[in-house]
Amino acid sequence: MADTATTPAEHGSGEPVPAAEATGITKRYGATVALRDARITIAPGESHALVGRNGAGKSTLVSVLTGLQAPDTGTLRFSGAPAPAVGDVDAWRSRVACVYQRSTVIPDLTVAENLFLNRQSDGPLRPIRWKELRRRAGALLAEYGVDVDAAARAGDLTVEQRQFVEIARALSFGARFIILDEPTAKLDARGISRLFDKLRALRRQGVAFLFISHHLQEVYDLCTTVTVYRDAAHILTAPVAELGHQALIEAMTGESAAVGTATTGGARAAVRTGTGKGLTVEGLTLKGTCRGLSLSVRAGEVVGLAGATASGNVRVAEAIAGLHRAEAGRILVAGRSVRTGSVTSALAAGVGLVPEERHLQGLVHHRSVAENATLTVTDQLGPCGTVLPARSRSFAQRMIEDLDIKTPSAATAVSALSGGNQQKVVVARALATDPRVLVAVRPTNGVDVRSKEFLLGRIRRAADAGKAALIVSDELDDLRACDRVLVMFHGRVVAEFGPGWQDERLVAAMEGVAGAPAAAGATPAAGATPAAGATAAAEAPEAPSAASTTTSGTSEAPAASKTSAASETSAASEAADSEAHGR
Amino acid sequence: MSATTDVTESAAMTGQAAAVTNARRGLGLGLGRFRELSLVPVILVLGLIGFIVSPAFLTSDNLIGVAQQSTELSLLVLATAFILIAGRMDLSLESTIGVAPVIAVWLVLPTSGARFTGLGLLPQWTAVPLCLLVGIVIGAVNGFLILKLRLNGFIVTLGMLTMLRGLQIALSEGQSIVELPSSFTYLGKASWLGMPAAIWICLVLFALGGSALAWLRHGRALYAIGGNAEAARTAGIRVDRIVWAVLILGGLLAAFAGILYSGHYGSISATQGNGWIFQVFAATVIGGVSLNGGKGSVFGALTGVLTLQLVVNVMTLAGVPPLWNQFLNGAIIIVALVISRFASGEKQE
Repeated sequence: MADTATTPAEHGSGEPVPAAEATGITKRYGATVALRDARITIAPGESHALVGRNGAGKSTLVSVLTGLQAPDTGTLRFSGAPAPAVGDVDAWRSRVACVYQRSTVIPDLTVAENLFLNRQSDGPLRPIRWKELRRRAGALLAEYGVDVDAAARAGDLTVEQRQFVEIARALSFGARFIILDEPTAKLDARGISRLFDKLRALRRQGVAFLFISHHLQEVYDLCTTVTVYRDAAHILTAPVAELGHQALIEAMTGESAAVGTATTGGARAAVRTGTGKGLTVEGLTLKGTCRGLSLSVRAGEVVGLAGATASGNVRVAEAIAGLHRAEAGRILVAGRSVRTGSVTSALAAGVGLVPEERHLQGLVHHRSVAENATLTVTDQLGPCGTVLPARSRSFAQRMIEDLDIKTPSAATAVSALSGGNQQKVVVARALATDPRVLVAVRPTNGVDVRSKEFLLGRIRRAADAGKAALIVSDELDDLRACDRVLVMFHGRVVAEFGPGWQDERLVAAMEGVAGAPAAAGATPAAGATPAAGATAAAEAPEAPSAASTTTSGTSEAPAASKTSAASETSAASEAADSEAHGR
Repeated sequence: MSATTDVTESAAMTGQAAAVTNARRGLGLGLGRFRELSLVPVILVLGLIGFIVSPAFLTSDNLIGVAQQSTELSLLVLATAFILIAGRMDLSLESTIGVAPVIAVWLVLPTSGARFTGLGLLPQWTAVPLCLLVGIVIGAVNGFLILKLRLNGFIVTLGMLTMLRGLQIALSEGQSIVELPSSFTYLGKASWLGMPAAIWICLVLFALGGSALAWLRHGRALYAIGGNAEAARTAGIRVDRIVWAVLILGGLLAAFAGILYSGHYGSISATQGNGWIFQVFAATVIGGVSLNGGKGSVFGALTGVLTLQLVVNVMTLAGVPPLWNQFLNGAIIIVALVISRFASGEKQE
């Protein structure tokens, strides 16, 4: 059905009127052209992907489409009618709604009130009837099949529930066209698949989506049509089915994308042989996260620690960097034990961390690139606790060149950079200390394809220089850059994959599905790794217990065995676990 | 690991998540309500202590006295509660309470014949409306500086506080003004149905304010704005307009508090309101209103005022030397904060 939207010329007689149609949109900010003669057409009931690198003009298009900004030139039509005037909030909201990355619910109000914010009663002087409001909210949520209690505090919702609430709110205004701006960025795989199920269901009700994501796989999973923007201009629109991965990446980057596969595990020579001790974690126990977890990363090796949001892999990474105190267990860097719960001693021992949320933990936003990049090494920038401007400038300059950070100067505020370059600053900060161990949590979160490749390549280079690198992520692209991948599920390492693993097996392991055969990714090349050999033995006892918390909601899960209800806290399997991985 | 007993059906996970959410909500709401009431036990304990230390405590004269003394402070607290819930601050309230009456009487008092000479521009009955008008103007100017010029609200109102205090001293030549129009002193002095009019007025204003916050769209909008202004804007709330209205309302309430205060003591003291803003903020915050906006209630703020006033009263009755009042006032603020921190279970940041 959606194919009609690809060529605007087609919808004449019998074709449906597009839900939204923008043509010839140009928008300038001072000297910068944010959009140049851009266009997009979204058919009713279509889910249309909009992809492009950071700075391609996606956000500008969103603000034009949602009436936040008027374009300099161009026309915008919703269901055939011209767009309302900028500023007429109510009129815009009845046509289009946007679910932003950043939450637009008010955490201290109930779900019901959030749904009917500013229209809780019929008139400004009419008192609000709370019972009635909750009833209406309940009915609205039920209409769209959102399983959320209307009386719950919005701040207590999960990210996914929050998004459902925002979508339901958008639909309640009568909008049949919804823009989703990176809706999956903060969701785990299970949440994503539930979100997608919901979106597919809504599409059947005739709701059209514009889906913006850096995650190309999601585009293929969900969308029927894709539009690519590059350098503020429209590049192409095509049915997803007809556009291969390579072609899509080429369209986004404007260059041939053969590099894409060069860094994956399969193509690379197998693990370098022991260049010395890197990171060893022994019997790590973190409150509410994991118990007796062990893993090791040799110097020169890149290891992935995969897992869904609830698996605890991020907390383990943060514990290694000294952010959480361990209840039991040791963390050794180059053979020496590090005091847990102390960032200072972790830094001193040589652990560099790329934290999960660059906005919250990574960057001091309105300070300069130089200051941010040298935040971890202020002790090296001058004698007796002073920070000499010249030294920090030259240090920062080195980091800027090393990581290819695109910034006007080292003194530019970091908030002025694009997402990819901000992330590079965070990585620069972690590398600034010249760490023995680099722990990177979702290092490519929210960055474009090119930056992603660059960052993963940079981590590889660090490993080649003799560092141990641990990439903690649930993104397959990140994990593909690793020599081997450990999978965590509910606080335990449940599987290990050598190079050349298959996507669905790894995903299945992350989801805790016992379908994955023990020797999942152990290709012949992995035989060189002693650890990979041990994996097969370790997985056999793991499999049944991992299955007990599985749901069938995940589409990726092949043949999940949902009947086994083995005890979760099987001490035996944990023991086997730590034996297998804890060398 | 998880405490749920189930099950392997496909809905288990969502059901579980919902159950967890429900549990957390139940807890959160319970504690949230509790936070609003968290000072009520403190007030009861203070009452008990007062009853023990002095037979004079539980007399209607004493209690009405405490209430009367609370009225002016509580109006500022009402204003501050509104402003803080909307995510703003207005320090200049404590100067408005003094300068608004001074400007009003300066405009209406005759040019000769008394210690304080005014301009005599307007008839004396206009003193009350003039005073309220001055409050409105001050709030509007604050709003203009903060919302139109986008200046930092804290510093703007800090400057306004100092400036208005200076204006009051300049106009009144540093003296107290004792010759007030009778219309001006009526509300502060009058007694209706056996209670000072000021108490009735305060009760009504608090009831109105509380109801507006609970049952009116524009009242709820304050929570939305304070909680997430961007989200409020996308929901179609006219954020700037409402914040401006709240700042004006704040100035108006402060000016009205000035009328009650002047009437109550029969004069406009040169230091009227001086240093109150600390008590006002303390009372509002221990009453459960968040300094970061979006949280709290008018009722909670009222319990905050009463707590502070009762402490002073009980101390006086217990014979604690008044020189210790300030120390104890500070101590009780901190203790009350600690109590409400643990009663609500939420960090205050």
